Amino acid sequence: MSTIQPISEEHPDVALVERVRAGDLSAYDTLVRKYERQLFRIAQHITQNREDAEDVMQDAFLKAYEKLDQFQGNSKFYTWLVRIAVNESLMRLRKRRTGKLVSMDEDLKTEEGSVPRDFADWAPNPEQNYNQSELADILKKTIQGLPQGFRTVFVLRDVDQLSTEETAEALGLSVPAVKSRLLRARLQLRERLSRYFKRKTPETSQAQASAKENGPQGNEPRVNGVEA
Amino acid sequence: MTCTEFLTILDDVIDESIASETRAEIEVHLRKCGHCEVVLDTTRKTIEIFRCHEIYELPIDVSERLHVAIMAKCSKAK
Repeated sequence: MSTIQPISEEHPDVALVERVRAGDLSAYDTLVRKYERQLFRIAQHITQNREDAEDVMQDAFLKAYEKLDQFQGNSKFYTWLVRIAVNESLMRLRKRRTGKLVSMDEDLKTEEGSVPRDFADWAPNPEQNYNQSELADILKKTIQGLPQGFRTVFVLRDVDQLSTEETAEALGLSVPAVKSRLLRARLQLRERLSRYFKRKTPETSQAQASAKENGPQGNEPRVNGVEA
Repeated sequence: MTCTEFLTILDDVIDESIASETRAEIEVHLRKCGHCEVVLDTTRKTIEIFRCHEIYELPIDVSERLHVAIMAKCSKAK
């Protein structure tokens, strides 16, 4: 996916949005196809629940369609869409927690991993030491352990490759807040992945074999008690 | 440059938004500090791994079902 466009050129979504406003539903079909995977991914990362993510994706696209007249064009259509999906995801979480307030700020007290502790170098192409399903499990467990406010910033900035400003806009955060959360998210993920990816010595080989059999031990937090 | 100073600009180093004069300082620090070099390399690798591996796949049949449902709702909405 490419979200970076030369400033001088009009983003292709602008013309599609104009066509939708003029009543062309097929143009909206194009926008949905273009962004459905990203929206699903964001919703899944926030809700940590597949069914909720599917519902959020549908609701967000419907809401965006209904409110298209409110889209000013000051931001990219995708950033505006992500903001709707984030709000829908948080509402869905709130429902699951029977009305308890849910925000992007919760669970941010942890300082874990903000200062690097593991300085072992990683093996070359360390992900190749695991099959696809093992790797997916490791990445899921690793990112699910992050506080939601860090996880979402990381996904938008580093996976979706939105700019810092776009991420701030999509999440209703300040630019300094996005930067601070991104640094901590990156460091915490690095620290957690290091358990699996560090260069093997005879001792770590044994420990990794045991980890592969038993899964990560110790302080791997569960998020909301919900498995993805 | 100290390790703490390096850590505060780690994101800018990764995102390559560092002024050229600071870049020289960083290079000097990284030549001396193996720990910071590892942190930089492995943080870059962390991002690359998450970017290259989709952990929440949307299978084509599910995507198609959701797509049809979205467009059906939209066609009724206006």
